[in-house]
Amino acid sequence: MTDQSRIRNFSIIAHIDHGKSTLADRLLERTGAITEREMREQVLDTMDIERERGITIKANNVRLEYTARDGASYVLNLIDTPGHVDFSYEVSRSLAACEGALLLADAAQGVQAQTLANAYLAVEAGLEVIPALNKVDLPAADPERVAEELVGILGGDPDEVLRLSAKTGLGVDDLFEKIIREVPAPVGSVEAPLRALVFDSYFDAYRGVVCYIRVVDGRISAGERLRFMASGEEYNANEVGFLTPRAVSVATLGPGEVGYLITGAKEIDRIKVGDTITSVAYQATAPLPGYSEPKSMVFSGLYPTDGDDFERLREALDKLRLNDASLHYEPESSRALGFGFRTGFLGLLHMEIVRERLEREYDLDLVATAPSVAYRVVKPSGEAIEIHSPQDLPNPGEVATVEEPYMRVMIISPSEYIGAIMDLVTNARGDMVNMTYLSPERVELVYHVPLAEVVFGFFDSLKSRTRGYASMDYEISGYRASDLVKVDILLNSVPVDAFSAVVHRDKAYEYGKKLVDKLRELIPRQLFDVPIQAAIGSRIIARETVRARRKDVLAKCYGGDISRKRKLLEKQKEGKKRMKMVGSVEVPPEAFVAALKVDD
Amino acid sequence: MPLSKSMTETGRPDAPNLADAAAHIRSAYVHIPFCARWCPYCDFAVVEGRDDSTDRYVRAVVSEIESEPAWGELGAIFFGGGTPSRLAPPLLGSIVEAVAERFGVADTAEVTLEANPEDWTEDLASGLVAQGFTRVSFGAQSFDPVVLTALGRAHTPDHIVRAVEAARSAGFSSVSLDLIYGTPGESMDSWARTVEKALGLEPDHLSAYALTVEPATPLGMQVRRGGAAPDPDLQADMWERAVAAAESACLVRYEVSNFAKPAHACLYNLGVWAQGEYLGFGLGAHGFRDGVRRRNVKRLDTYVERIESGLGAVQGTEVIGGWAAEIERLMLGLRRAAGVTSGAGGEALMASDSGKRLVDAGVVGLSGDRLVVTRPLLTDEVVRAVLALGEYP
Repeated sequence: MTDQSRIRNFSIIAHIDHGKSTLADRLLERTGAITEREMREQVLDTMDIERERGITIKANNVRLEYTARDGASYVLNLIDTPGHVDFSYEVSRSLAACEGALLLADAAQGVQAQTLANAYLAVEAGLEVIPALNKVDLPAADPERVAEELVGILGGDPDEVLRLSAKTGLGVDDLFEKIIREVPAPVGSVEAPLRALVFDSYFDAYRGVVCYIRVVDGRISAGERLRFMASGEEYNANEVGFLTPRAVSVATLGPGEVGYLITGAKEIDRIKVGDTITSVAYQATAPLPGYSEPKSMVFSGLYPTDGDDFERLREALDKLRLNDASLHYEPESSRALGFGFRTGFLGLLHMEIVRERLEREYDLDLVATAPSVAYRVVKPSGEAIEIHSPQDLPNPGEVATVEEPYMRVMIISPSEYIGAIMDLVTNARGDMVNMTYLSPERVELVYHVPLAEVVFGFFDSLKSRTRGYASMDYEISGYRASDLVKVDILLNSVPVDAFSAVVHRDKAYEYGKKLVDKLRELIPRQLFDVPIQAAIGSRIIARETVRARRKDVLAKCYGGDISRKRKLLEKQKEGKKRMKMVGSVEVPPEAFVAALKVDD
Repeated sequence: MPLSKSMTETGRPDAPNLADAAAHIRSAYVHIPFCARWCPYCDFAVVEGRDDSTDRYVRAVVSEIESEPAWGELGAIFFGGGTPSRLAPPLLGSIVEAVAERFGVADTAEVTLEANPEDWTEDLASGLVAQGFTRVSFGAQSFDPVVLTALGRAHTPDHIVRAVEAARSAGFSSVSLDLIYGTPGESMDSWARTVEKALGLEPDHLSAYALTVEPATPLGMQVRRGGAAPDPDLQADMWERAVAAAESACLVRYEVSNFAKPAHACLYNLGVWAQGEYLGFGLGAHGFRDGVRRRNVKRLDTYVERIESGLGAVQGTEVIGGWAAEIERLMLGLRRAAGVTSGAGGEALMASDSGKRLVDAGVVGLSGDRLVVTRPLLTDEVVRAVLALGEYP
């Protein structure tokens, strides 16, 4: 057990690529938590995908021991946070385990929207926020300007903003000292009944569910009988300890300490992240403030290309969910695609990552339908239902109004792109909320935009219209009624449910035409003509035809061609096997996400 | 059923019994790589400007023939290229003689060479007949000078007319013309005139090939750089046009791209399509004997040096058995108008969903116990459908 006055719990908030992982590596190195020989770059990012994409998905934590300039030694718990907007839910979980946060901005690129959004989360959570600039050694760095921006947001003196280079280690000691000086020590009660917050968990094949916990009051000891206050489940504390980043098991963790707990629980669903752990023998009366369940924002149908893989897909999703409480799925069936799962995600990146992990780690071949949002349908009777899939939208006669989720979208951009951004937002049916100049050259713009528009390439368009300089963050701001219709696609005169989309009436024709064009490009020529039609109800709004393939044979096949030709056909067969049979039409899997890219 | 005289001498080229009996023909392919120039669409093993090496090359081929283990009597020999007609008749004759000495050649054997119309003279023609050649296949390609230029050919339509006449008067018993359709810039009208002029020469045999863009050729390079490529739909129309015209000239289509008068089907090719055995001599040549396919090295100097140093010219071999053999049986057999006996692969296909779809679309059907492609231009789709079923059920 460590004396609380010697504990500092903090997170690092940073934009992707602004150097958070590199800084974490330096902190570990500087405190000798790992030797140079053990040093792998970006130690805290353990998943392959995190390393490849340079982003952090799962919160992780590490305990650092640091001897300060005053000679006293401190325990610093660094709790990692994801940097991407899709994962703000995980960010707030991580922040709840801390008293302070380091706001790290790239000294060349300046503050980005996601950083700002997460900084606001930290301020709201009552954390002490320490601004710092990274990459000050870069030639393009402009620390003065970015420091001004940071104090413009957080207040304070620009000269007090830390200047760091995570790459060279410059400023790291000053950072430690500042954390010790400014981040408040935890102030839990040792005598009070145990209250520990589960701020993350993951499933280990050998140990079962591993919880990451922050002890707020009391103490937690190995062997103790524990009660999870929200779920009511009881478990034994088989092992408690902390990560250095190696797991070090200890007898007891006291107030203010951060570490892990292994209970022998085998199903992660039984343990809710955000739950409060107390002792059965000496129970707390009230739990800590928990989290609201993360809400799925984007939905997509995931189907195995080979129908026989349905059970494997279910098992894979079950396993992924062990480590990703924000993943929601329920079985659904599509006439076109067979059996699959309607899957809810926090956002598009989350969707992409889950899909990639399913394909990569579980060796599944998947078809993902175009993402959709959750619509609220009010029936003439006044009854309201929520639909997660366009195919569930009732016929026009059974609908009084359809409401769609709107987002509060915050964009930070050089001011020269204001016109281009306005134009983009108008196209996306958005309204301006306000505009604030952070400096004469940089502006913060806030809009209300339908999520459905944000989902379809909004961020990519924003990046291309602002040459990559704008950054964006969004949060749900509520539902609003819109004039929405369902556009169906008919392939060879048969409606294909997986292609249906809910679209604003003013955009329905354009959307139908573009999607039909796109499908005509993507669907290979078949043995017969394949008409592709877009329809609203029974009204056809666009039509194209994929002409029948007429010639598919090599001109000659003589003695010298045989082996080569056989191998060529074998290779082509692989392409054929990927195709999904929709009625009598072979459709390549990428056609099902064509709707995503109708604007290309 | 063995190949009988009545089948080859009077039978229709598309007769199933001929198609199947051809499996018993033993044959040899001899590759002559020399060309005056490299045509931009050709990806065969060819050399340009190496005519100084012809004698040495022929000696190497003869020595390769002599070192081949003894075999039964051959029913067909095919000299392909390159341009076999670039070699003087005695040189080609020495190869024919070597083959005859090593294996024996049937009296009725078909001995074919490919020839360029511009090389062809009456003297050359009679010289070749004297050396035992019975059949000539001219690379006519087109009767439209613009198309011939686009194909990089050196001859004119007149050359073709004179060459056919010379071959006839020298006593060739079978004359064939090769045509190419779908050259970028070639119109349907131009192709129709080409077909009409070709048929006007009353060839015994006609091959009409869709121009194919091979990657490792100047044409392939042009297309990759965005140059005009053949239009497959136009090529399909052109194929239909050729089929109709050939039929009215009493030439029977017996394979995707091949037409013949009765008794003039190419025995050498019928053998290959029936999975018959053949020996391959010369650079880049392939042979198939005792279930093993082998291929020779493709560089002229390597070939000659290896033969001269007694190393043999084989670069690689592949044992064709089991499923691969079944796939090849269908892949080759389905190209023929006579189709192929269903066998394991055909039966699996007809029992499958994809097979039913192909039947519904009129692509393939059963005629007795034979699987026949009824839309020949979609033959590869049928073979892929069999492949997609996987190994033997």
